[in-house]
Amino acid sequence: MSKLKTQSLHKRESELAEANRQLEILSNGIFGSDELPTFAKKIKETNQFPLRPKKLEILQINVGYMCNQVCDHCHVDAGPDRKEIMTKETMLQCLEVIKITGAHTLDLTGGAPEMNPNFRWFVDEASKAGIKDFIVRSNLTIIRANKKHYDLPQFFKDHNVHVVSSMPHWTRGKTDKQRGDGVFDKSIKALQELNAVGYGMPDSDLRLDLVYNPTGAFLPGDQMGLEKDFKKGLLEDFGIQFHNLFAITNLPISRFLDYLIASENYEDYMYQLVEAYNPAAVKNVMCINTISISWDGYLYDCDFNQMLGLQVASKVKHISDYNEDLLNDRNIIISQHCYGCTAGAGSSCQGVVT
Amino acid sequence: MASNHYYDPADLKKFGNITEWSEELGTKFFDYYGKVFEEGALTAREKSLIALAVAHTEQCPYCIDAYTKDTLQRGVTKEQMMEAVHVGAAIKSGAALVHSTMMMNKVNKLDG
Repeated sequence: MSKLKTQSLHKRESELAEANRQLEILSNGIFGSDELPTFAKKIKETNQFPLRPKKLEILQINVGYMCNQVCDHCHVDAGPDRKEIMTKETMLQCLEVIKITGAHTLDLTGGAPEMNPNFRWFVDEASKAGIKDFIVRSNLTIIRANKKHYDLPQFFKDHNVHVVSSMPHWTRGKTDKQRGDGVFDKSIKALQELNAVGYGMPDSDLRLDLVYNPTGAFLPGDQMGLEKDFKKGLLEDFGIQFHNLFAITNLPISRFLDYLIASENYEDYMYQLVEAYNPAAVKNVMCINTISISWDGYLYDCDFNQMLGLQVASKVKHISDYNEDLLNDRNIIISQHCYGCTAGAGSSCQGVVT
Repeated sequence: MASNHYYDPADLKKFGNITEWSEELGTKFFDYYGKVFEEGALTAREKSLIALAVAHTEQCPYCIDAYTKDTLQRGVTKEQMMEAVHVGAAIKSGAALVHSTMMMNKVNKLDG
């Protein structure tokens, strides 16, 4: 991938910081000329249009776009310069929803969610709601970024949080290329600390899963095969254990789209996605069982639609008006980035979907 | 020919079309090909690296394109990829050099 940037697209005032510009690119060019079918056209072939939600299972809350890292592939365009942070007031509204939702999984993401000043209070309150699976997407390095975060492994354990962390490779070179110099060593240290309190151990209930994103313009390989290699590499070299690996396809939006265009890989990558289209994956894409809530309380079909500014096609658009039944009666908004979730074995925040 | 060069990257996508002119043999080939690359006594990753090395010794641009991508997808590092290519290259050059014993035998017989 390109040389690592230290600022978000927003800070750099890149035209790709604008959601509309991204959507324009995704709708024109090879898709506008019918060289490749649009996603809507593709799912019509198998009578899966319009996409409709099934039972809500996952409530994903993005508590802010601020992050201590500036990863090359980041679909959030997160970074230290992003100031969008969920307020305590919006968190309180989220807590009301968490108490009444039928979803069995709460998934906190960012940015680095731990950088939200009310993160610990929010986790504390949310964990009282008795949600079955409480996920925090931690980038690992945050645990080592500042003394005040050193006790995060114990904090996660005390709240029975399920930790899901990005780790693009079991070697330093590939990891640092995508996520920044020094990220690998810090991540290894953080994983060892999570292991030390019981996370990721074979018989432990303290779940520790890793997320793999390809480091360049190619699709992820077989999730099980990669998991085997990750487990072997991390155990042999660093004594690290974890439960599962989620192989996630990079979607062509935000910084990854910027990289694809700059490296002249965009068209080839879209061809790869369309050629790998798997109608079976459409049945299980995450937008049919997930609602994504943004830092300012708006509702989206998924985190990617959130970053593209595509609010749910429902009367209920904000957490303050939350109504699960009304919300579930909607069509899911799609564009060509959705091919990323239906390629091969499919892709979601929980890995493959078939 | 429609183009003025021998190799076109777009032709790789047409590989499956070879069955159109010989369905039975083409289908048998692709069945065999698919089976060969399945996980077996060797992992799919190991097979992909072998394929990458052979792609180079065969100097097949399509195969290099395909198996560079395939090995990347399987998490293979560039150091591992290059080592695999060196294994292929060593066998290729060794195969040439070992034939020099024939030359040496001949020289020794004719002019020894």
